[in-house]
Amino acid sequence: MVASANTRLRLEAAHLTALFGQHRAVRDVSLLFPAHIVTAIIGPSGCGKSTLLRCLNRMHELTPGASVQGDVLLDNVNIYADDVSPIELRRRIGMVFQRPTPFPTMSISDNVAAGLRVNGRQKSSDVDDAVARALQQAALWDEVKDRLHTSALALSGGQQQRLCIARAVAPQPEILLLDEPTASLDPAGTQRIEELCHALNRLYTIVIVTHNMQQAARVSDYTAFMYLGSLIEVGKTNELFTKPKVEQTEAYITGRFG
Amino acid sequence: MSGRVLRRHLASRAMTAVVVVLSFTAVLALLLILGNLVLKGASSIDWAFFTKSPVPAGQSGGGVANAIVGTGIIVGLAALIGVPIGVAAGLYLAEYGSGRLGFVVRFIADVLNGTPSIVVGIVAWTFIVRPTHGYSALAGSVALAILMIPMLARTTEEMVRLVPHSLREAALALGYARWRTSLEIVARTALGGIVTGCLAGIARIAGETAPLLFTALGNLNFSVAITQPMQSLSLQIYVYATGPFDEWHRLAWASALVLMGLVLIISITARWVTRQRYGRIR
Repeated sequence: MVASANTRLRLEAAHLTALFGQHRAVRDVSLLFPAHIVTAIIGPSGCGKSTLLRCLNRMHELTPGASVQGDVLLDNVNIYADDVSPIELRRRIGMVFQRPTPFPTMSISDNVAAGLRVNGRQKSSDVDDAVARALQQAALWDEVKDRLHTSALALSGGQQQRLCIARAVAPQPEILLLDEPTASLDPAGTQRIEELCHALNRLYTIVIVTHNMQQAARVSDYTAFMYLGSLIEVGKTNELFTKPKVEQTEAYITGRFG
Repeated sequence: MSGRVLRRHLASRAMTAVVVVLSFTAVLALLLILGNLVLKGASSIDWAFFTKSPVPAGQSGGGVANAIVGTGIIVGLAALIGVPIGVAAGLYLAEYGSGRLGFVVRFIADVLNGTPSIVVGIVAWTFIVRPTHGYSALAGSVALAILMIPMLARTTEEMVRLVPHSLREAALALGYARWRTSLEIVARTALGGIVTGCLAGIARIAGETAPLLFTALGNLNFSVAITQPMQSLSLQIYVYATGPFDEWHRLAWASALVLMGLVLIISITARWVTRQRYGRIR
């Protein structure tokens, strides 16, 4: 398939179907997410791209009435197997949402440390180091290093979103899921997050959902196009945008629908 | 054209006037009560009023120290029992109460909220005073706690529901277990509102008389034993106001002023807590 020979397989959806009650939001999707590669999922609103993303760390099943059929393989282990704890799983897969979600009662430092503390790592010098490293990775360190113990709510929207990225990467997850991370940001904030994607893919396998095709073209190595819950086409980003193989893909990226 | 604008303008003015008059009427009731209490009670308040226990009927002097301390103990004990149960129930309703059990608990809380407080007093009498063959402060506290629990459950539920769902998801995605998300993220975010609800509940039960009539009973002497009858300000007011002596009436007015003052202090603290400390709700 699309994974080139020298990239190790990390994450794979295999005949994945996600349901809300009887409604099939994701229909029989099989897709590889190669290691240390940025994969973008694009498609019009309601095409199931966010739902697919939420199946990858078992967040989908938290919605009342939601269920999943098929498999998601992480290093060839099905994460929907009975002996896999979704809580342990989510500690291995970081996630960032559309809107910034800093914990309002916590300081900047405590926000970043939240995922470490819940993992049971308590030694404060270790936590401090990890917080600093995560904030540096999220390119927020220089702006907040003098006020680590002040409220996270005093930060701007873009800074809050980078704080959430720092919080997601602090426990050093293997995979980072980004669900339209720039949807609520201005162009400057968007650019910073996109630069982060480039910087972080050496460390993490990244899956980014976006409705912005330019963004997908800018940040990703592979792009998957979804429509009405189905995977229509997946390929190297530059190939998918310049020579799409499926007519629906071409219609979408040239702006004829969606 | 301008006639229509004028008509809208007049209608707007008229509605504003109606709203202002009605809200002033609501505030007026409080001002009249407070003013009357200060007028009739303030002159009787001196140092002895706070430090001495009542003297035998007919004599002048004495105070209501026993009732002030009693109110503190009975209400404090009631809060100790009621706050954990009420807040826990509210957290359950908001976080896990979408099913059938949640519906039942919510319904019972609403019915209990509308139950006359004297009925709650009878319940405490039946289950505590009668089996133990004695009136006690503890029985009064239990009655007040029962009054408090449904109030706190519903206000806590509402405060916890105000916490955005996105915060829960963020915590769960980090690998928080559901109970840790509820306690460490959601409840902590709603803490300001929960504390306010608790203080409002305490202020509300501090003035209750009926549930104490046949539980704490009242006591003319200074007592801090929770297994014995104990005086409270509300009971003191009830006895003194219905008694035949002018001296008693004077003390009743003063006690009412003190009780009102206590409730006001608690309410103002509640406001202050929400504004000053704990996390804001976004």
